[in-house]
Amino acid sequence: MRTINTQDIVPVIEKLCQQACYELNDNVMNAFQEALTKEESPIGKDCLSIIIKNGKFAKEHQLPCCHDTGATVVLMEIGQEVCWSGIALEKQVNEGVRLGYTNGYLRKSVVSDPLNRVNTNDNTPAMLHTEIVPGDKVKITVMPKGGGSENMGAFKVLLPGDGVAGVKKFLLETVQKVGGNPCPPYIIGIGIGGTMDKCAWMAKKALLRPIGEHNANPFYAELEKEFLEAVNNTGIGPIGYGGRVTALDVHIDYFGVHITSLPVAINFQCNAARQATAIL
Amino acid sequence: MEKEVKLPLTPELVNTLTVGDVLYLTGYVYTCRDAGHKRIQEALAQGKSSPIDWTNQIIYYAGPCPPSPGHIFNSNGPTTAARMDPFLEMMYQLGALATLGKGNRADYVTDLCKKYKRVYLMGVGGASAINRDKVKSAEIIAYEDLGTESIKKLYFDRFRVIVGIDSKGNVLQKQEIQKYKR
Repeated sequence: MRTINTQDIVPVIEKLCQQACYELNDNVMNAFQEALTKEESPIGKDCLSIIIKNGKFAKEHQLPCCHDTGATVVLMEIGQEVCWSGIALEKQVNEGVRLGYTNGYLRKSVVSDPLNRVNTNDNTPAMLHTEIVPGDKVKITVMPKGGGSENMGAFKVLLPGDGVAGVKKFLLETVQKVGGNPCPPYIIGIGIGGTMDKCAWMAKKALLRPIGEHNANPFYAELEKEFLEAVNNTGIGPIGYGGRVTALDVHIDYFGVHITSLPVAINFQCNAARQATAIL
Repeated sequence: MEKEVKLPLTPELVNTLTVGDVLYLTGYVYTCRDAGHKRIQEALAQGKSSPIDWTNQIIYYAGPCPPSPGHIFNSNGPTTAARMDPFLEMMYQLGALATLGKGNRADYVTDLCKKYKRVYLMGVGGASAINRDKVKSAEIIAYEDLGTESIKKLYFDRFRVIVGIDSKGNVLQKQEIQKYKR
């Protein structure tokens, strides 16, 4: 067994919040460059050039690439040989987020209660997910998730017989309905199967997969390519101002499901596709 | 067409704008978004007035990051305009000439732009860092308790926008998306 004090994760999460908000990774920046070569619309090209210039500026000057520094999704993949000491893990995750957002001059975008809506002024609570995995390491991923794209997500339970055609129809209806609101060029995460909770989490987690990397199952990898082409054929384009590049990628994750069900969750990741990871 | 625009806007200038025009705005604008609009609506319902005079002003739908040491302002950019659609007619009646946001708006917004001869201006969602240095002064005018959602008076120095809906009722997205649809 390996023992880690929960206090040790505080500075790590603080730094990850800031790094994620200030620096889009090379995978995302390269995808913008590739999109620029594919884009046919002059307005679309302008938008992509501005997004690229912005990404470089934010990293160079260490300031948030987007003003909406999001609700803070934190994924902790904890090795089953790790034992924890110290105060509650969730408290320390929130302390890391509090310090990250306060000391990093990030926007505080979270209210404590969805109906009475008082800002917590430190961006807590984090949206914490923990998973137990083999090994003795802890992998922490921070994913600041902006409201504009998160608000456009959709969930529907289809009939089992609806199959691929039903999933594609639901996807394209959703894409048409939300138009430019999720700040394209975006990434689409799709969860298919599981229960309602599992399905939505798969859609979110699929957004962490690098752009250009497909599902390991060739059937789903082909679906990802087919769906990407269909989404880009809508003509919505960068920022929704028309063009050939609406999505940078479509990522599908699937899971076993009840014989009566075909749940589908769609989660959008805006062009400010922020994530940062550390391994303890 | 690219145009340099000195603020405040005038009704005459607004009438000459066409969808797709790129404008570089220089002068004062006011930020106001979800919670600010709700406060104004409540104030008017109670027979009180709006905390500022909106005549000929641009409403910038924005919630900026807090400024870091040595800087007047921080990352800022337009937020989703559609959330403010239900308040738009109220703001037009208060005299605002334009709104600055991002994304699609309800069809009735086009009708309101035609009826009141107003425009919807758009920025590039997500590209907020490069806007930091476009803001040369910033002052909280009202609703300070709303934090990022307070009403702020900003001085823009060549802030880039594109006309999304013009006073003739043209919508940029509707024209452009058709061209690239397959």
